[in-house]
Amino acid sequence: MVTLKKIQNNCHKATFLIEKKLIGKITLREKIELKIHLIGCGICRTYQKQTIRISQMVRQLFSDSANAEKHLDDTFKKDMQHRIEDELDKK
Amino acid sequence: MIPKTHQLEPRNWVATHADYLYAYALARINDEEQAKDLLQETFLAALQKADNFEGKSSERTWLTAILKYKIIDIYRKKSSGLVVYADVQRAEQEQSDFFEPEYGHWTKEHAPKSFGIDDHDPLVNKEFNSILQKCMQKLPALWLSVFTMKHMDDETTDVICSELKVTQSNFWVIIHRAKLNLRACLQKNWI
Repeated sequence: MVTLKKIQNNCHKATFLIEKKLIGKITLREKIELKIHLIGCGICRTYQKQTIRISQMVRQLFSDSANAEKHLDDTFKKDMQHRIEDELDKK
Repeated sequence: MIPKTHQLEPRNWVATHADYLYAYALARINDEEQAKDLLQETFLAALQKADNFEGKSSERTWLTAILKYKIIDIYRKKSSGLVVYADVQRAEQEQSDFFEPEYGHWTKEHAPKSFGIDDHDPLVNKEFNSILQKCMQKLPALWLSVFTMKHMDDETTDVICSELKVTQSNFWVIIHRAKLNLRACLQKNWI
């Protein structure tokens, strides 16, 4: 019974498995352990929902910022252009 | 059929790729000055390497690869050394009372609660994003590097582990810990 109690109560382990499952693979045994835990633990069910959502939002945030039209100022661009041309002329 | 080869046109780099590469760098390191420096270094390094360009990939892909390598280099530098150790310790301290020591059950104080994270209102999302960014910046450099490489570029675990010199098991511990702190920070600041 000790093992079952450990699985049922161990939110630290359960959240670890939730994270591992989210971006990698967990073993069949781990899947069963997690399932048993989640049946009995509403807090970790909330955690799971939130962490999935957070991952989505992080990915969204990254792709938005990568696609954002960030414009460099003209002075910087001009300097850069000069440096490249200087280097090319050296060759 | 002869495969199409690409040409380099360094005189057009600034006009054609600078804004794109700048946004790429900024999304990954979140520091305007550093992103600009990186951009300069990338162009200059690219000029040096121009003779090795085989034309197999597009000019932009080739430049981006050089920039990416430089970004990982920054991650690596930020994630090593003594300062970093203190950084990680602080972050670990933050979550030390999230779980009961005996069975690892959530403590009452830190148990996740619903906090309207499912809101799809774009205006609310914008506000949420700025909190999300602040919370990410609070993560130790190594954790943030691992987290960013995974979520932004979807790098494989093997690549991340070898680039940042962490073991596989440490990788999962970092992912877990980073997420615990990030979620807690969001719950704390989003009400």
